[in-house]
Amino acid sequence: MAKMISTVMSNLTHCPKTRLYPLEERQLPPGTRGQIEFDMTKCIFCSLCAKRCPADAITVDRKGKTLVFNPFRCIICESCLEGCPKDAISLFSHWRAPVTALYEQKYQPEPGQAGD
Amino acid sequence: MGRITAPFGPQHPVLPEPLHLNITYEDEKVVGLSPAIGYVHRGLEKTAEKKEYPENVFLVERVCGICSFMHAMTYCMGIEELMGIEIPPRAQYLRVFYSEISRLHSHLLWLGLFADAFGFENLFMQYWAAREKILDLMELTGGQRVILSSCAIGGIRRDLNAEQIDTAQGVLMQTEEELKRINPVMLNAYTVKQRTVGKGMLSREDALLYGAVGPMLRASGVAQDLRQTGYAAYRELGFAPVVETDGDSYARALVRVRETCQSIELARKALERLPEGEAAVKVKGNPDGETMQRVEQPRGELLYYIKGNGSKNLERLRIRTPTFANIPSLLKMLPGCEMADVPVIVLSIDPCISCTER
Repeated sequence: MAKMISTVMSNLTHCPKTRLYPLEERQLPPGTRGQIEFDMTKCIFCSLCAKRCPADAITVDRKGKTLVFNPFRCIICESCLEGCPKDAISLFSHWRAPVTALYEQKYQPEPGQAGD
Repeated sequence: MGRITAPFGPQHPVLPEPLHLNITYEDEKVVGLSPAIGYVHRGLEKTAEKKEYPENVFLVERVCGICSFMHAMTYCMGIEELMGIEIPPRAQYLRVFYSEISRLHSHLLWLGLFADAFGFENLFMQYWAAREKILDLMELTGGQRVILSSCAIGGIRRDLNAEQIDTAQGVLMQTEEELKRINPVMLNAYTVKQRTVGKGMLSREDALLYGAVGPMLRASGVAQDLRQTGYAAYRELGFAPVVETDGDSYARALVRVRETCQSIELARKALERLPEGEAAVKVKGNPDGETMQRVEQPRGELLYYIKGNGSKNLERLRIRTPTFANIPSLLKMLPGCEMADVPVIVLSIDPCISCTER
């Protein structure tokens, strides 16, 4: 027990080990699977990402040229990112902020897009 | 003497997981019990038949939140055997590294919870503070804190660069130093010994008879650890199981304490000897035939039965987790013990009910 006195003393003299979230944000290492984002200037609506997604979070309408992404189904496994032939999907290290209602993100073609 | 039957769980302050035991007491002594599970069954085995076989890697990772990497690894090993895939040596060593840091984080989690079970909250916080650094290391290397998603059929998806290897070596060394300071408290403190020595006895014969696995079996004097079979790169790294002979809750804690040190050593050795080259090979075709794979999880033997039929979907996936194998031993250990010792003895098997029910 005496060995733990040094720990107790250091706890008394140091600031708390927890952070004051959300005032103080944690520095995330590069490569953290935070969330994915689509670059619609590169997307050709080939639907490979939707095929590879194990959580069925992506739906692609090839004729209507629409991509619907459900961020709450996404498990950030990077399968879509690995399968994308145009590198239109990228990974962000930042976690998605908490929300009060579920939603889906709809993506449409943008001017100057590869598939246009 | 009057008998009463009282439930232990499925919601209990000591055990966040829904294990239900109907325990019959005579005064303060346990005289009989019956277990009940089925509160968190998710039908993952059936879901795996509906999904394509590469997608199942992410599904089986979610069988257990603590040892998720090992589930993915066992599944990948099975599929690789069915498809005749030889994975690169670098991937074998990286699999050992990821397995060992998963084991380390699982054992530190358990040691903290165990200390909390008999009211030693300070020790609980010390262990969890050490575990936090391992979780940060998992995030640095795998991208996420618990569900790593770094194992894939054909190797490893997340290779480590030189900077990450240096950081990992530093964190492991730091954790080793920290554990040298914390472990003697768990092993030598009077209060810990009072609550654990001689509690929940399981003899060597009973451990074998009831089919105990993992640290439960090794704490009863049986030197059996599946890492001895030499899967991944364990054969090259050299491995001898940790064995204790007392068979009580204290011996089980001691086995896990020693295994944390062993895991750090193995993970560091794997990083030191990490061969150059690719970390994964491309996979083509579909699995056909059936196979059994066994891997040593933090809690014991994990068994996967995989049956493929030459299509993208598996015909059958069967998972047997270590907690399921350890519940019969728990039923042997509890009768005759004091009511106050029930939480400590239940926790000493390191129950993971989500794993068990899949």
